[in-house]
Amino acid sequence: MKELMLGNEAIARGAYEAGVKVAAAYPGTPSTEIISNFAKYEGVYAEWSPNEKVAMEVGIGASIGGARTLVAMKHVGVNVAADPLFTFSYTGVNGGLVLVSADDPGMHSSQNEQDNRGYGLFAKLPVIEPSDSQEAKDYTRLAFDISEEFDTPVMLRVTTRLCHSQTLVELGERVEVENKDYKKDAAKYVMLPGFARDRHAEVEKRMLRLADFAEKTDLNRIEWGNKDLGVITSGVAYQYVKEALPDASVLKLGLVNPLPEKLIRFFADQVKRLVVVEELEPVIEMQVKAWGLKIEGKELFSRLGEYSPEMIAERLSSFKLDAGFGLEKEIPARPPLMCPGCPHRGVFYTLNKMRLTVMGDIGCYTLGALNPLNGMDACICMGASIGTALGMEKARGEEFASRVVAVIGDSTFVHSGITSLIDVVYNQGTSTVLILDNCTTAMTGHQDHPATGFTVKKQPTSRLDIEALIRAIGINAVKVVDPLDLAQLKTALEEELSRREPSVIICRRPCALLEKDPVREKYYVDAELCTGCRLCTRIGCTGIYYVEDDKKAVINSNTCIGCGLCPQVCKFDAIKTVEV
Amino acid sequence: MQNQNKNILIAGVGGQGTLLTSRIIARTAVQMGYDVKVSEVHGMAQRGGSVVSQVRYGKKVYSPIIRKGDADIILAFEKIEAARWLDYLKPGGTIIINNIRVDPLPVLSGKAKYPDDIADKISSFVEKAFVVDADKIAESCGSIRAANVVMVGIFASVFGIPEEEVKKAIQYLVPAGFLEINLAAFDEGKKIFIELNRVK
Ligand SMILES: Cc1ncc(C[n+]2csc(CCOP(=O)(O)OP(=O)(O)O)c2C)c(N)n1
Repeated sequence: MKELMLGNEAIARGAYEAGVKVAAAYPGTPSTEIISNFAKYEGVYAEWSPNEKVAMEVGIGASIGGARTLVAMKHVGVNVAADPLFTFSYTGVNGGLVLVSADDPGMHSSQNEQDNRGYGLFAKLPVIEPSDSQEAKDYTRLAFDISEEFDTPVMLRVTTRLCHSQTLVELGERVEVENKDYKKDAAKYVMLPGFARDRHAEVEKRMLRLADFAEKTDLNRIEWGNKDLGVITSGVAYQYVKEALPDASVLKLGLVNPLPEKLIRFFADQVKRLVVVEELEPVIEMQVKAWGLKIEGKELFSRLGEYSPEMIAERLSSFKLDAGFGLEKEIPARPPLMCPGCPHRGVFYTLNKMRLTVMGDIGCYTLGALNPLNGMDACICMGASIGTALGMEKARGEEFASRVVAVIGDSTFVHSGITSLIDVVYNQGTSTVLILDNCTTAMTGHQDHPATGFTVKKQPTSRLDIEALIRAIGINAVKVVDPLDLAQLKTALEEELSRREPSVIICRRPCALLEKDPVREKYYVDAELCTGCRLCTRIGCTGIYYVEDDKKAVINSNTCIGCGLCPQVCKFDAIKTVEV
Repeated sequence: MQNQNKNILIAGVGGQGTLLTSRIIARTAVQMGYDVKVSEVHGMAQRGGSVVSQVRYGKKVYSPIIRKGDADIILAFEKIEAARWLDYLKPGGTIIINNIRVDPLPVLSGKAKYPDDIADKISSFVEKAFVVDADKIAESCGSIRAANVVMVGIFASVFGIPEEEVKKAIQYLVPAGFLEINLAAFDEGKKIFIELNRVK
């Protein structure tokens, strides 16, 4: 029986079958399950790196050392890893290296929807795009051969729909690949200008050889149908095209950089109308247009969000969608929110109440920006909170800075907050930084990181001591508080904000989802005492809600885990524990 | 754009266990020899947001997502989530609505009202709309968390899927300690649908 596998599991399997020995990644939706699945195989090394740049560098070292190596990250992670990546493109590989870039059209769980096929052109990398899990496995395997044959890192570009769809996969056997010999070769691996100039010339030659390969490889194929319409497509959009336009001729590209110019010209010659269906940027379209061919693309399809079969059918056939029932317009949206018992909730409730300016960061706690907590002023990318808070201070002065905090999660602090905190000390900022230490990388599904003391394989390892690190940086004012104790938190904030020197408050309490027996106490609302003031609904918890008819608050005993936050907010002592 | 594939859309709130439902259905279809694709939601929406998973099976499936107006059945784990995805239902299709209300953030914070009559509204549009108390049924089987498998039972009943095939899939996917509760929830789900159908 073939197995149903997520695209991400299939990539992990493909890497395993290809003989990969070393894999490194930093988690990020939709890429996370690649490494968490790869780590389950025996006899391979896998790691959660502190960030994507480090993951890339570990990968580069393993490749130079001769091993087949997998590096995986979400699209914005490639921005973090871009510096080593661009120059690694010059040195080329020893053992094959495949970098998986998991893009997120539609921004299901991301702060932007950049199209990382652009990196292929920019960094001069071959880019391979599978369209289902079987191809994800097969192309991953093949990518290692291409990497070694053309002496280049290869980008495997996937999107959320592929990563998180399950389709059937025929499994293969692992091939044990011996490490390549390692020989010192400064002209190849030491990128001083003199050596790099030669390597750049090699890169240009490589791209020509790859362009030639693109014409011949099975990764690109034509599926002839009616020749009135010819569609060029790749990735999961191919599946939508086949669904929506079963009769059209299709040129399916599995290698999207470099493009097979001759094959595309040939296809264009045979069809009456040529259209490219590609989500996000017109990467293929612009190149085809530059060759002087007539092709339609972004005049029909958006640069925004995901595509769907019905969208393609509507634009390119006589198919018309029914008007529908229109009910979704009448019903409230359901954005994600902090879980009942989440240790982040009280922090944002307090920050909002104190009317502080909050330079935020990325993680579950970013949900603190939403109504009713409204506790965040800015959130740009991982690690940005501390640097942006310092910038605010330098722009608006110390007085203003005494009402500014940076808020950053534990995993994010290790990812890219440490150097900015050094900057605060070095350049004499006075910011107060809150590290929300829930002892895990919660947003992406509870991965370990250097401060949890466990590896990706759940082996114990040395644990980064965040307090000691901060003191070593040169910060003397370090406090640890329980974020569910609102009074303690508020006092700490007042003290540290008034200090004319940098300070850090670590809000430490494990993520509520990590607790085995999460229910601590049972609470109820004493209807006699409840005045219906609704203050308790300002914490935005699904465990407590207001009943309009009774003008009283009610606790939902199914969702409440007894974190004890709402009783601290109630001014009338109406929220009580159930005696047992 | 017609095809013979079966399309099942499972809508709910992050944390309700919709993923297990789609995985059981998908595994059943694989056992029965079909081509199968499943689209899931991981990541941010799992934190209490609106989530949907989609299962498609048949001789040959291309797209992992169902197009609007093409779902044979919608299994909705919450009332307004049923409404949110209703446009995906095929004319003549079946929608099962779990009779529970989970307030989304805009309602909790008083910015929006929860439309309490929404299930009636759906029933007025769709002939084969069924409201079930899956949470209560699951609770009577031993755990409210098995409501997702009550929904699997209903699905099996609507599609006439052999019971052994589904139970095999449940056995494969559910941890041994919870198996008994889940198999009971499946049986109850099957029963309740037959019951509801008779009433209608
Ligand atoms: C460069 C980059 N890598 C990865 C991600 C995905 N991502 C978003 S938040 C986050 C980590 C959150 O962990 P933490 O800071 O501990 O906060 P928590 O979610 O636990 O509250 C990750 C990995 C991203 N957005 N950008």
